[in-house]
Amino acid sequence: MTENTFIDIRHAAKSYGALEVLKDISLQVDKGQIVAIIGPSGSGKSTLLRAINDLDPLTGGEVWLEDMQINKKLPQRQYEKHINHVRQQIGMVFQHFNLFPHLTVRENITLAPKMLKGISDAQANTLAEEQLDKVGLLDRIDYYPSQLSGGQKQRVAIARALAMKPKVMLFDEATSALDPELVEEVNLVMKKLAEEHMTMIIVTHEMGFAESVCDRVLFMDEGVVVEEGPPDVIFKNPKNERTQNFLRKHLES
Amino acid sequence: MGLDFSVVPGYLDALFLGALWTIAITLSAAVLSFFGGIGLAVIALYAPLVIRLPFRLFAWLFMGTPLLLQLFLIYFGLIEIGVDLPAFVAGVIGLGLHYAVYNSDIIQAGILAVDKGQHEGARTLGLSKVQTIRKIVVPQAVNTVLPPIGNNMIALLKDSALVSVIGVAELTLTSQLAISKTFRPFEFYLAAAAFYYVINLGLEFGLRRIERRIQISR
Repeated sequence: MTENTFIDIRHAAKSYGALEVLKDISLQVDKGQIVAIIGPSGSGKSTLLRAINDLDPLTGGEVWLEDMQINKKLPQRQYEKHINHVRQQIGMVFQHFNLFPHLTVRENITLAPKMLKGISDAQANTLAEEQLDKVGLLDRIDYYPSQLSGGQKQRVAIARALAMKPKVMLFDEATSALDPELVEEVNLVMKKLAEEHMTMIIVTHEMGFAESVCDRVLFMDEGVVVEEGPPDVIFKNPKNERTQNFLRKHLES
Repeated sequence: MGLDFSVVPGYLDALFLGALWTIAITLSAAVLSFFGGIGLAVIALYAPLVIRLPFRLFAWLFMGTPLLLQLFLIYFGLIEIGVDLPAFVAGVIGLGLHYAVYNSDIIQAGILAVDKGQHEGARTLGLSKVQTIRKIVVPQAVNTVLPPIGNNMIALLKDSALVSVIGVAELTLTSQLAISKTFRPFEFYLAAAAFYYVINLGLEFGLRRIERRIQISR
């Protein structure tokens, strides 16, 4: 662990009864680092990501954000308060966007800042405009999610997460549900975030994207980190046989 | 002796007034049943057992007994324990609570049908459970359950005729009064039926407008 460690996962374990989904995983992510987690489905990569904001609580191990333990054991009430506070600092983007269909794009973005940070309507509007401008959708501010394409929905979802000014962004297969021609626009937004040195942890099936954007790549299989390293090593010269097999299959398909 | 509708016009004013009372009691009870239904649904789904159980008993009572009996209980029964409600208020409470229980069932189903991703989307932004339910889940559930609740409202309008028995001078009771003076039941009941039908058309029109408005915004 270095001084810069931002997210610190220590001996993470998760099991459903006898089924072990995560087996003693440790991972440190520095401030501004971009980490990709790749691996076959069922390898536990989404579970690990969702453990970071305690959406899928671990059964063992600790998760820290700077000097604060995220998955603290607390009485129900205190835990609720604590985790809501933690989650405000961790943005998350989902495969299926999870935009609120009954709210406009503007309302989707301003809802949480208004409710949780008590900012005024005017401030919230400025915030929404800034974030939408960043993802290139300012002209869609008064649309409803149902009026947007998949790629646009995901960009709004990113803007919504960014409006909380998070310290870290988690991406859970953000482009997996998109038509191929819509993937690029979302990737571009993520690249832009990378250039702004946002700390990001990205679960993805997009090997090309992981290779071009990420500082580190983790390959997971059956609940363990099989191999990790810089993208050029993992993608060009993987040492582990399982990594090699996975990448070969992925390139074939 | 054939039908003779010439007796009806003399009572049109009275029938109109009765119709207004029918509309007033229906709308008041509809509002009560709508918000009561949301409240009951939230309690049934999220409240701790000690709160949930008495409400479940309440729901079971309102669903398992006749509305007419409930109106008698609220209007005549409560007087015995010192609660003397005006007939109109008793009628609104009886109809409103009765339909709140039915609406609650529909809304519960609607809440459970809201995608899990909606909870996750809201919770990861930092919203609490209560905030998520209030701002994200319930509004969406209400949107999807609006058509079946609309059907309940139409049933409620027709059941509002029952409050005539506790003495609210709504459409049915007004036509009965006219009949007792003219001895022309067929004519006045048909006239009342026509009034109900027109009110129903208006209600359906209003419900459809609300539904369409909400569907556009989705």
